[in-house]
Amino acid sequence: MPALHAFANPARFLRIARPLTPVLFWAGAVLIALGCWAGLTQTPPDYLQGETVRILYIHVPAAWLGMGGWTGIAVASISYLVWRHPLAQVAARAIALPGAVFAAICLATGSIWGRPTWGTWWQWDGRLTSMLLLLFVYLGYMALARADAERGGDGRVPALYGVAGTVLLPIIRYSVVWWNTLHQGPSIGLTRSSIDASLLWPLPIMLAGFSLFFASVVLMRMRAMLATAKAEARMRRMARA
Amino acid sequence: MGLSVTAKNQRLTLVLLALAAIVGAALLALSALKDQAAFFYAPSDVSRLGLPLGRAVRLGGMVEAGSVAREPDGVTVRFIVTDGRATTPVTFAGIVPDLFRERSGVVAEGQFRPDGSFLATNLLAKHDEKYMPPQLKGALHETKTLEK
Repeated sequence: MPALHAFANPARFLRIARPLTPVLFWAGAVLIALGCWAGLTQTPPDYLQGETVRILYIHVPAAWLGMGGWTGIAVASISYLVWRHPLAQVAARAIALPGAVFAAICLATGSIWGRPTWGTWWQWDGRLTSMLLLLFVYLGYMALARADAERGGDGRVPALYGVAGTVLLPIIRYSVVWWNTLHQGPSIGLTRSSIDASLLWPLPIMLAGFSLFFASVVLMRMRAMLATAKAEARMRRMARA
Repeated sequence: MGLSVTAKNQRLTLVLLALAAIVGAALLALSALKDQAAFFYAPSDVSRLGLPLGRAVRLGGMVEAGSVAREPDGVTVRFIVTDGRATTPVTFAGIVPDLFRERSGVVAEGQFRPDGSFLATNLLAKHDEKYMPPQLKGALHETKTLEK
């Protein structure tokens, strides 16, 4: 597969990533600003929750990216295990921090939203508990990847952990379908949405903005990791000389 | 490369098999947890699973239309929770959440009494997955049930 291998070359990756990073970052920032303006001022309040419903423009994209981040770790981990691309391992490690931050944003905004609507900051229902587990799994991955790197491991153990953690994603998605929960069922499916169009339209803008911002952070972190590895290799060469 | 058994193909097969096995095992385990992992009892669960007496549980369902009555003391509320198949009368003394209303979802924390009624110590509002502007209220929206 020549096409895939082309991206496994760090020099070629950097040639693309360097100019791409600011483009993604600023496009994401503009879309997030636009989405916040639209969600705060241009949409009607909800018939039941009133103005509280506006937090969904942060909460829902954060939840999707928290789960999307782990999908990225899983794909990168599988690529690393199968094709041994060093860049796949770097990508998985770069995704972990922003993924954990977005999962934490999802939990925090959900808690703030739950107080006025449900009447509670936190309940151990299936959805809330499984999302909290995903945050812990992210933290575990970060600790494991760091320990593996410090001990000179080849990255196979964190990659296996990255594949195994994927089990949480369908559990989070279907927790509100399998079990009765305090969290409501899914509003948005592949073909339909039970959010009225007048409230829904800023959500794709926010999702696109969050995704581009997420991608720019991942590229920044990958470049920083590659630069660190390069600097360490140079120091080792200098120490030997 | 073709279909020959290279090391890469072997690793890919192994990883995908492992992933399928892990996900499959977890899904089997969790679907078996159905009742244990439920956040609340529905009124019809009580007849199916027996009355969970003497321990703190949650009861969830829809607040039946026209069933909410306030006692003269000003803090006690009585209402009926239904899941469409069975009903449970609930008594609660305290402040109800803003979103507590008839024909809407509720989760009550408390204990069952031997007569099958429920004494709540806390009420949580459960809303459904529909969001719409106030103008559309009534025209389009009426929550029938919280059943999936």
